[in-house]
Amino acid sequence: MNIELLTIDGVRDLLARKEMTATALAEACYGKIAAEDEKIGAFLTLSKSRAMAKAAEIDQLAERGDPLPPLAGVPVGIKDVLMTRGVRTTAASKILDDFIAPYDCTAVARMEAAGAVVLGKLNCDEFAMGSSNENSGYKPVRNPRDLTRVPGGSSGGSAATVAAGMAVAALGSDTGGSIRQPAAFCGVVGLMPTYGRVSRYGLIAFGSSLDHIGPLTRTVKDAASVLQVIAGRDPLDSTSADVPVADYLGAIGKSVKGLKIGVPEEYFGKGLDDEIRAAIEGVMDQLRAADCELVRVSLPHTKYAVPTYYLVATAEASSNLARFDGVRYGHRAEAVQTLAEMYRRSRNEGFGTEVKRRIMLGTYALSAGYYDAYYLKAQRVRTLLARDFQQAFSRVDAILTPVTPTPAFKLGEKTEDPVEMYLSDIFTVTANLVGVPGMSVPCGNTREGLPIGVQIMAKHFDESTMLRIAHAVEQGQSTSTDLKP
Amino acid sequence: MAETKVTEQDVMYVADLANLELTAEEKGRMIRDLNSILDHIDTLNELDTSDVPPLAEVVSMFAGSPAADGARFDYAMRADEARPGLPHEAAMGNAPESDKVYFKVPKVIEK
Repeated sequence: MNIELLTIDGVRDLLARKEMTATALAEACYGKIAAEDEKIGAFLTLSKSRAMAKAAEIDQLAERGDPLPPLAGVPVGIKDVLMTRGVRTTAASKILDDFIAPYDCTAVARMEAAGAVVLGKLNCDEFAMGSSNENSGYKPVRNPRDLTRVPGGSSGGSAATVAAGMAVAALGSDTGGSIRQPAAFCGVVGLMPTYGRVSRYGLIAFGSSLDHIGPLTRTVKDAASVLQVIAGRDPLDSTSADVPVADYLGAIGKSVKGLKIGVPEEYFGKGLDDEIRAAIEGVMDQLRAADCELVRVSLPHTKYAVPTYYLVATAEASSNLARFDGVRYGHRAEAVQTLAEMYRRSRNEGFGTEVKRRIMLGTYALSAGYYDAYYLKAQRVRTLLARDFQQAFSRVDAILTPVTPTPAFKLGEKTEDPVEMYLSDIFTVTANLVGVPGMSVPCGNTREGLPIGVQIMAKHFDESTMLRIAHAVEQGQSTSTDLKP
Repeated sequence: MAETKVTEQDVMYVADLANLELTAEEKGRMIRDLNSILDHIDTLNELDTSDVPPLAEVVSMFAGSPAADGARFDYAMRADEARPGLPHEAAMGNAPESDKVYFKVPKVIEK
């Protein structure tokens, strides 16, 4: 049994047939982490006692022949921006280096209640700010498919962990593409639900109107399984939607015949890598063969999405990160004389460069005299983007696009110019600005063997259609004998 | 909006607002980076948004009743009744300095 290939169903099967225990599986994962993670850098903290306690609990259920919960014994990794009670939670920042979370993130609690075994906390870009996992306050994460390249970000640790087989699933967060982009770069499935579909309680806030929690998994069905468990109204998050949770697992395997899929011309322009373009055209051919109707649509305000995002996200971040001041938790500078000095030096010593840059930009955008011209302007452009999607969705059921303009780039390649890094988010930020769900599904490799992902976006709260199409794409990949993109 | 260029003075003012203290090197980099990013953001001025309302959140469009007033946020409300919150001890657990009751900080009021 190769733990690198295990799915959620696979784990539950093994446990139900008593071919393996949850304890042995957790130990096997820790063995793999010990062997592989030094070169990958995905884990920041291991939570062995918590994991083994949960595994033992699941083993008792299996022993008695009791029905197993949906994620029984499934080893998972949790991005370090999600609170895990009693376990060090750093947001990959030195400012929270010794912070022990006093409560659990709702999504984590729901996964554990469903039987998941939390192996540890995963590395990411500091405070989820980045697209390459090079901004971690601790160490970069490397792409398991090519260790000289980035895994993507900010959920780089989550994507790498699943890709390397160190866990069966991971939770990540997505504010501008941080689940989907690393999923594409590492060749795994990454799902960002509709805004408000999954509670944000316990997610260390970056951009509160843009943040989402979501799964990274090896298969589309696994993503549906995790979503089924974590979705739903949470009274602890007033922005979580009181909308009924659909049967996501029921969507897996449903025919896509007759679905109309929009292809927006603005996402297929000059900057798109040729091999990615070809792979996605291959997906379109597959979907046509499955009797989907591919429809050309236009999302005319696409080119304004990145600047809009960088205003809204940084403004919200500047406000959200004001709480890190050395007073109640986190790093406090030593030998300070005044309160003001304490704030300044604690923040200066604790925050990395990208975080400071974004706080500065956000503060500038919100400062007197600039609020209307920057932040409010961006919020108005957001409405224009939402209208683009509304119009497109009046004609189609889903939208198909690339996830990234290029495959995974080399470490250090884009760290000089922030704008160059920001532009790599160009296909993913729109979903966050508008609140629609989006997921990345592997759809081939480049000639150099680097993974390529295709993005499927759906209407608000229509994750079922998104999953249905994603599954069809995935099935098309595995039956395709032609491995060239 | 006229083309604005971020100056060192702007950077110092903003750093002050954000409670950040930048080193000389960080200041130089910040001026360069902020200008580069703001240049990129200037493209938003190509759009006429004078008649466009801002979009702050999407959830109320789907949850709750489609009322135009505050009632559309009813789903997010509950009765104003006290409920157990984070226990005091848990809240103090990460305190950099405390007397177990209060968080201790440098003197706030001079004299």
